[in-house]
Amino acid sequence: MSDVANGPVLAADGTPLKKRLSQALFRSKLRAFGLVIPLLLLILMAFVAPTIVFLKRGVYNDEFAKVMVNSQPLLAAWDVTSEPSDEMYAALVADLVQAREDKTIGRVATRVNRELSGTRSMFTSTARKAAKMEPPFKDALIDANKKWATTEVWEAMKIANKTWTPAYLANAVDLKYNADGSFERKSEERRIHLKLFVRTMEISVIVTLMGILLGYPVAFLMSSLQARTANLLLILVLLPFWTSLLVRTTAWIALLQGEGVMNDLFVLFGLAEDQNRFSLIYNKTGSLIAMTHILLPFMILPLYSVMKTIPPSYVRAAKSMGASNWTAFWRVYFPQTIPGIGAGGILVFILAISFYITPALVGGESGTMISNFIDFHMRSSLNWSLAAAMGAVLLVIVLFLYWLYDRIVGIDNMKLG
Amino acid sequence: MAASESDKDFVVFDRVQKSYDGEQLVVKDLNLNIGKGEFLTMLGPSGSGKTTCLMMLAGFETATHGDILLGGKPINNIPPHKRGIGMVFQNYALFPHMTVGENLSFPLEVRNMSKSVREQKVKDALDMVQMGDFAGRRPAQLSGGQQQRIALARALVFEPQLVLMDEPLGALDKQLREHMQYEIKHLHERLGVTVVYVTHDQSEALTMSDRVAVFEDGRIQQLSSPDDLYERPENAFVAQFIGENNKLFGKVEAITKGVATVKLPMGGVVKAKAVNCEHGQDTTLSIRPERVKLGASKSSNATDAKVLELIYLGDHIRCRMNVHGNEDFVVKVPNAAGHKHLTVGETTTVSWLAEDCRALDA
Repeated sequence: MSDVANGPVLAADGTPLKKRLSQALFRSKLRAFGLVIPLLLLILMAFVAPTIVFLKRGVYNDEFAKVMVNSQPLLAAWDVTSEPSDEMYAALVADLVQAREDKTIGRVATRVNRELSGTRSMFTSTARKAAKMEPPFKDALIDANKKWATTEVWEAMKIANKTWTPAYLANAVDLKYNADGSFERKSEERRIHLKLFVRTMEISVIVTLMGILLGYPVAFLMSSLQARTANLLLILVLLPFWTSLLVRTTAWIALLQGEGVMNDLFVLFGLAEDQNRFSLIYNKTGSLIAMTHILLPFMILPLYSVMKTIPPSYVRAAKSMGASNWTAFWRVYFPQTIPGIGAGGILVFILAISFYITPALVGGESGTMISNFIDFHMRSSLNWSLAAAMGAVLLVIVLFLYWLYDRIVGIDNMKLG
Repeated sequence: MAASESDKDFVVFDRVQKSYDGEQLVVKDLNLNIGKGEFLTMLGPSGSGKTTCLMMLAGFETATHGDILLGGKPINNIPPHKRGIGMVFQNYALFPHMTVGENLSFPLEVRNMSKSVREQKVKDALDMVQMGDFAGRRPAQLSGGQQQRIALARALVFEPQLVLMDEPLGALDKQLREHMQYEIKHLHERLGVTVVYVTHDQSEALTMSDRVAVFEDGRIQQLSSPDDLYERPENAFVAQFIGENNKLFGKVEAITKGVATVKLPMGGVVKAKAVNCEHGQDTTLSIRPERVKLGASKSSNATDAKVLELIYLGDHIRCRMNVHGNEDFVVKVPNAAGHKHLTVGETTTVSWLAEDCRALDA
């Protein structure tokens, strides 16, 4: 007590004890840090940095502004409602000439085309003629292509001109970003992303629930068996882990397809007509079945590790106090397995929400998930900014659910084994 | 008369056998009657079958053969939750996700008692173990001794007629364990409930029990009161297991009027009380260290003893000697005024009465 009153506690040599302690611990802290440095660097370089760079693409795009240097300030200053000025036409022509020379016109054309389809060829063909154009450039341009007179094209260019833009994020949630800075919902037939996000969530939730339903009894069995038998079962559970994801998914194709094993069995037992077989694959059902199977071990392992630590005496105690088997399970055993359900559930859900190889192979049209779309924009349409924006939305959803989970169950309650 | 007869046989094990693997019997032919209100301890080394017996009584193990009766009715086919037996577990088994109050309320809830009745009973039970202020705590926030009391209160709160305790004090430190022994004993005396208590700690068994059943090798070796168990062991295992014991091996030469003359391999002859031995057979002699005197006395077994080791223990001095060739023969010399001072290496004389030396099975 008196030490507190007289200021900080001092070590034997008179220095403050806290300082002395941190000096004493410094070396061991340094060594501990040294041990994690290689992994830390790897994560920073190969994971954190690329993630940030790529997420930036979702809100930043200078494909247009970088090339169209003359038009850039004019477009930015343009108020959308007034007619494009002659100065803007002149700048545009100058930029088109330069872009054609630098062979960057394709990129600009693609960028504007994303805002207003059909403008790609208009840009490339006009650029070809631009070198020969003479003032007044407005008429020359309209000569080359009548559409240059419409404000639509200019609005599209204004949107494309913005380097920091919410357009991609808006697109990812089916909103349209207008040149005047307002948002509006896309027309009915163009709203595809939200539907995909909803379907992705739906599939992930169902896979998680199926995992709990199928995994819980298995984990329970394993935890109540003798060590030898339990280990054998554990190997069976882990066996799929040692098999390639692709192989497992392909195996499901063989099992579930129209002429596959499952349907043959259904026909054999008269559960389905030969002409009218179940379509179990290349649709949502296929995605659900294959994903549940592939993700099941991620549910069983945390459940098993939690259940193994629950001594049988709890259930026995409950029974000795007069609880029936069900009451003892539901009131005493089950609540203690919630950390395992939480850990397994969140693990499976997060893995499921970003699943893409399996849905791509067995999902068909109705089993496609958001990751397949991201993949499409990454590799086929090369609209990386939209891919990044959709990834960002997915990330936000996952973080939100994680926060929600923390609020409801508590992250401290999670046990991964 | 009938009532007292059934009181005497409140719990009956009738020729009970138990095997887990179909090859070995863990419990061999167990016959045991436990009276109403009795405190009976099953004492034995680990693997002796005592816990298995308790679990069969609780209903968590089924008897392979034989009947277990509770209050005159066979309970072999009654599931554990319908037996109405309270139980205290070694690790307490307090439900970690419930508060102390909810833990105690649980057996009352499953009996569909009203909330007001439940609250009153929980409060009474907590007061009984002096834990009245702890109803809102979680088990993890309690010390080992406190958890022990709550486990006790929970086993008693629904007023069972029989309470089983499976090494309930095993996890406590020595001082707390001794304190809890008295508390459990006093609770038992106050409530008049029948207690079957399992332990491997002999001092615990002697302190608390009305009767002790010593288990070894799936059988009850001896069933008697604590003082009988210590002073009148019926076989060599019990003599060795309960308290400190000096053993001498020999052959019975003659038995006259209950006194056996035993010839030892080293050539000595000892007179002993014939308890569990036959003429011409090998026997184990059992002598308690505190019944051995220094110096010769009349009409008793006296022999030379070489002092090998002296350990000062305050109230007495533990003296290890070589007696009749046994180098682990222990004599307790009380630290009384004028006691004989021994030195290591000296040879002295020790003696004991024939009735303090029991000739048991080999």
